[in-house]
Amino acid sequence: MPGVPVRITVNGEIREAEVEPRLLLVHFLRDRLALTGTHVGCDTTNCGACTVHLDGEAVKSCTVLAVQADGREVTTIEGMARDGELHPLQEGFWSKHGLQCGFCTPGMIMAAADLLARNPDPSEEEIRHGLEGNLCRCTGYHNIVAAVREAAGGGKAAAVAAPPGPADPPAAQPTTEVRA
Amino acid sequence: MSTVEQAPTRGNGFVGRAIRRKEDPRLIQGRATYVDDMTLPGTLYCAIVRSPEAHARIASIDASAARERPGVHAVFTGEDLDLEAPLPMAWVPPEVEVNSPEHWPMARGEVCYVGQAVAAVFGDDKYAVVDAAEDVLVEYESLPVVVDPESALEDGSPLVHESLGTNKSHEWSLGGGDVEAALAEAEVVVERRIVNHRTAGAPIEPRGVIADYRAGDLTVWSSTQVPHFLRLFLSLMLGINEEKIRVVAPEVGGGFGSKLQVYGEEALLAWAARKLGRPVKWTETRSENMAVSHHGRDQVATVRFGAKRDGTITAIHSRILADFGAYHMLLTPTIPSLGAFVMTGCYKVPNVQTDIVGVFTNKFPTDAIRGAGRPEATHMIEVVMDQLADELGMDPLELRRRNFIPKEDFPAEVAYGIVYDSGDYHGSLDKLVENLDLDAFRREQAQLRERGVYRGIGFSTYTEICGLAPSRVTGPSGFGLQTGLWESAMVRVHVTGAVTVYTGTSPHGQGHETGFAQIVADRLGTTPDQVEVIHGDTRTGPQGLGTYGSRTLAVGGESAARAAGKVADKARRIVAHQLEAAPEDIEVSGGKFSVRGSPDKGMTLAEVAGEAYIPENLPEGMEPGLEETMFYDPENFVFPFGAHACVVDVDPETGKVEVVRYVAVDDCGPAINPMLIDGQVHGGIVHAIGQALYEQVVYDSDGQLVTGTFVDYALPTAAEVPSFETDRTETPSPTNTLGVKGVGEAGTIAATPAVLNAVVDALKPLGVTFLNMPLSPIRIWQAVEEARGRGSGPSATEQGAEVGEQGAGSAGSGPAAREEHGSGAAGSGPATPGEQGGQL
Repeated sequence: MPGVPVRITVNGEIREAEVEPRLLLVHFLRDRLALTGTHVGCDTTNCGACTVHLDGEAVKSCTVLAVQADGREVTTIEGMARDGELHPLQEGFWSKHGLQCGFCTPGMIMAAADLLARNPDPSEEEIRHGLEGNLCRCTGYHNIVAAVREAAGGGKAAAVAAPPGPADPPAAQPTTEVRA
Repeated sequence: MSTVEQAPTRGNGFVGRAIRRKEDPRLIQGRATYVDDMTLPGTLYCAIVRSPEAHARIASIDASAARERPGVHAVFTGEDLDLEAPLPMAWVPPEVEVNSPEHWPMARGEVCYVGQAVAAVFGDDKYAVVDAAEDVLVEYESLPVVVDPESALEDGSPLVHESLGTNKSHEWSLGGGDVEAALAEAEVVVERRIVNHRTAGAPIEPRGVIADYRAGDLTVWSSTQVPHFLRLFLSLMLGINEEKIRVVAPEVGGGFGSKLQVYGEEALLAWAARKLGRPVKWTETRSENMAVSHHGRDQVATVRFGAKRDGTITAIHSRILADFGAYHMLLTPTIPSLGAFVMTGCYKVPNVQTDIVGVFTNKFPTDAIRGAGRPEATHMIEVVMDQLADELGMDPLELRRRNFIPKEDFPAEVAYGIVYDSGDYHGSLDKLVENLDLDAFRREQAQLRERGVYRGIGFSTYTEICGLAPSRVTGPSGFGLQTGLWESAMVRVHVTGAVTVYTGTSPHGQGHETGFAQIVADRLGTTPDQVEVIHGDTRTGPQGLGTYGSRTLAVGGESAARAAGKVADKARRIVAHQLEAAPEDIEVSGGKFSVRGSPDKGMTLAEVAGEAYIPENLPEGMEPGLEETMFYDPENFVFPFGAHACVVDVDPETGKVEVVRYVAVDDCGPAINPMLIDGQVHGGIVHAIGQALYEQVVYDSDGQLVTGTFVDYALPTAAEVPSFETDRTETPSPTNTLGVKGVGEAGTIAATPAVLNAVVDALKPLGVTFLNMPLSPIRIWQAVEEARGRGSGPSATEQGAEVGEQGAGSAGSGPAAREEHGSGAAGSGPATPGEQGGQL
């Protein structure tokens, strides 16, 4: 199948590749860029394990084509820690035991980051409804809610809640060529 | 029963503390490695062609178009797959005849359930092999289908396997006393038909397999709970010696029993790797997971309680019809029997009998799902306890207290001959009632009812049999997988003083890298960050038996504790030699091995390790090195217990149930890490709330899987459940030195009856006195309408029987859909979380 060129900024780095038009963004991230922290847990866009940020907003990357991300910015779980510092949500999930098997966790953190960007100090009910697009079978959600509250810290995490990719990366930004 | 001396589990540092997990840094940063995260150079991807028919003869398979597609290397069918043995079923109970049909990884001439593998395509590209699979043309000749387990036992029923001449798998019984005589003499007999519908394990990580065969060595990476079992059975199926097979369970994204299995895809991929001389990879889709990862529950039971008017229970009889689906998988026929071992619950009942009939239907097999037999048994007991209380006009908690095995009776032998190790059932229930403030609740409930709000509370007190082992019991019962169920551990202290623990258990989310590190650190006077726990790889460490049945801590953790104890004993001798003291005067305290009474005189573990590898510094005749291996086979099971309460609001107009409060008191012995215990309890409770209210695997009367995705199979989301109020009591088990019991299944075992009893309590003013799961809006609405239509409401027994029949038939589905669903098909009833919450 003929390839389509795409240029996608992933975790602040420009990635160029030729892709099949039908290639899902999640498979582009996992199989072409080896960013395997974004998981696939279903085939109907229910579980949210594949949640990433597209131009700063949470999307389920199993329902976005790689070509739809052309020219846009993607942040994955691998891009959440900065300069060796964990993101407050990563700290929150760790300290509050917000994960067990860890498979839903990257998507859960990305969805929570989106929630905190829109609502820096959510109530328990707002957190529960904000995360209802993400399934977890291990935790019963109790400690996930606690982790998000911890990370929100009464709104203090707002500034870092949605880690942006650099808005308009300079031309000198390192580019990684991905083979088609 | 022998009792071991309890070692101190507190005071030396880390055991008992809620330290955060060692596992988490890799998991929260997307740096963990699950099976699907790995791809070997030269990998061929696999896509599987599956049967759309529930029962059919395969007339022909034409794979020519698929084979001609670019990048396709091979298409195999069941006829190609020349294995030396079929998929395993590992239960051989003495003196019980078990019909067990051969089950091959790919169908041979006939399919018996929807989703059965018919052909497998291997090629270069993972999208292209799916395209090619669609090009495989299979011609089926439909055969009659049976999906209802009760119909399956009737004369003239279609047979799932013609060769067996029956749909009956086997009959099995466990009992003590004389249950029929006791029921005949009982002043009160309550009988209920309890339906425990089919559910899915639904870990968020679907299964995956990578296999690589090089120069006679086979390596298989699989998302499994049991790498050692898998190695054994791959050896038998492929004819490759076990030592030439390495099975790795890398990061595993949840199992809940559904990965305690030896699956056809594991054998198929291993076979294909050898056949093709290339690494091969298969990743299960969620649709496949719903169809062909084993299901759980699916039992219909007739339960009879006999009692005196004062509430003393004299007899419990359960006749269980267990729907196994089309084949036996690894433990399929054993699952209902596991429940029989706790059929007396927390109660002192002299006459208890469980009779099980297993039956084949044209569905995917059932097997162990979180709790495995014990949730079903506990549901029967705890639901009927409330029904009996109602019949006697007694408070349900008073009825429970009157029948509890008293604390002073432990260890307590129950009617069917096993010995409960320890328990304090009054203690956990008292704490629950206190935490709940039951009096305040009842006042609030009365006020709400005046305003038309139907709030109810339900209770459940449970005990479970855990810690599988002990081989002396499991082996002769036929549960022992012909190997025993001990566990191993090896503790190695490196020359730096860092410690590596190898365990034969295979955790997949429970946090044992942290819990085991706490245990071993305390025994060696070091810190958990110095202790690395390695698991899930058959090539590292001694033989092991995996993680299931809440066994990992009680059997595997105890093995690690004992191996560390052996290392500490050797360290003491080394320290004594170095410091010119007697070994018995060396103690582990303050983070080092020191001389009793002279705390400043001592050596750290690193200092001991430094000497241990230099023979000239060791006592005469001592081997160098500092590592020990332990194989531990306990004397008895362990019996965790607890008391749960659920508060619900039910809207009788819509049938919607909302869980507004959930309070739990669990006792799994002394806590190693209370944070991990709470996490296990939370997850277990939601798993059970899911079954009680939302989740059901539904096949229609043609054997078509109706709930094939997460759109139709409604896992609870965060929006459907509350936060939980958890607490503990600590009654040590006398079985192991840690005193621990296991907690992974507790919530799942305790919670379904608590939810159901709460809903019935809420609806009592409307005349509803009995219900079966799943408590879907339509089922509740129908029950309320029926109760209203009969004025003051029918008696519990009458209504119970009627609702029960619906449960077996088509309850949950709307009246119009009634004919379209087979037995157990509560179908379209449960509103999906998506419908309720506007999921993305």
